[in-house]
Amino acid sequence: MTSIAAFGSWLPPRVVTNSELAARLECTPEWILEMSGIEERRYASVEEDVVAMAAGAAKDCLERARCGAADVRLLIVSSASAAQRFPGPAAAVAAQLGMGETPAIDVPVASAGSLFGLVLASQLSASCGPVLVVAAEKMSDAIALEPAHKATSILFGDGAGACLVREGSGLLRTVHWHLGSDGAFAADLRLPLAGPVEMNGRSVIMQASRKIPRAITEVLARAGVDARDVEAYIMHQANQNLMDCVAKAVGAGPERFYSNIRRYGNTSSASMLIAAAEWAGVATRHPGAPVCFAAFGAGFHWGALLAVAE
Amino acid sequence: MSNQDRIVAILKEVSQNPEVPAAEESLFEGGYLDSFALPEVITALEKEFSVKIPDSDLNPRKFETIAKIEQYVGARLA
Repeated sequence: MTSIAAFGSWLPPRVVTNSELAARLECTPEWILEMSGIEERRYASVEEDVVAMAAGAAKDCLERARCGAADVRLLIVSSASAAQRFPGPAAAVAAQLGMGETPAIDVPVASAGSLFGLVLASQLSASCGPVLVVAAEKMSDAIALEPAHKATSILFGDGAGACLVREGSGLLRTVHWHLGSDGAFAADLRLPLAGPVEMNGRSVIMQASRKIPRAITEVLARAGVDARDVEAYIMHQANQNLMDCVAKAVGAGPERFYSNIRRYGNTSSASMLIAAAEWAGVATRHPGAPVCFAAFGAGFHWGALLAVAE
Repeated sequence: MSNQDRIVAILKEVSQNPEVPAAEESLFEGGYLDSFALPEVITALEKEFSVKIPDSDLNPRKFETIAKIEQYVGARLA
């Protein structure tokens, strides 16, 4: 039996409000809220790089799981906003955590990265031991690149989330998963090497609003679970309107979709695990209740994972 | 009812706005529809015309105007 033992998160202390952003982008705070559902987000300092944020979330998670870093057998780090092309941040994160020669791999698939990491962990922990998945993003650096695009600059924030997957009981037992990738849309959401985030918003929304519900429906169908019986949906926090759209498409109440995008914005691959960490801290879990994770992002890459509360 | 009339009925229903743009006018530039309305429009078109629109066809430019939607639907029905 494979379980998620704990979640963790780390968020930069600096809060950036819509008022601050609006002044810079020549728009109004009300427009930002209306367009995105976001009121504020966090920006990391120069010292708070992807590695530092990842290590912070990892330590939080390991402490909650009562697991030492030396007991982790594989580290998976999702980040598409690290400071250099190679090596990716995973090895440095492992070093900061004191993981010795524990293998550490990078999964730079942007917003769907933590879901891909979680699925990989759920499949590998039986053979290799506890797997720590960390997602850390410094999107403030990406949107600071010129020229500034208002539509994307308002969306993103910084932060890191983590989860520990291992055999045995825990918070949630992983059940079914579905992942997909379609490179035909690779140009519709991208961060070029020397430029800001480029997004064909209509295409992203169109594809996400079809592919996410389909992935969720697939994993629920395999388990014979009705969408209305899922206790919580924990999605990549891309856009509140998109989460509401997905709720309607799968036939579940929007209140079942955990949301903290209002406070943190879109933290790319970190957002699903940050939301999960928050949800785990406040939710009353009912043993046997289904919990569904879902994400969609640049690539396009997408998927869903069904878990059951223990 | 012509295909265009059926498409216009869908747009009016989704937008909750009885005043539709001209056939060649962008449904989005003027704010008649926002980006989140397009998935609803696609679902309604699939149901109304009994067609399955594959994800690979969902280039928003194909659904930019009433004329383009009519052209796409016509091709799917042919």
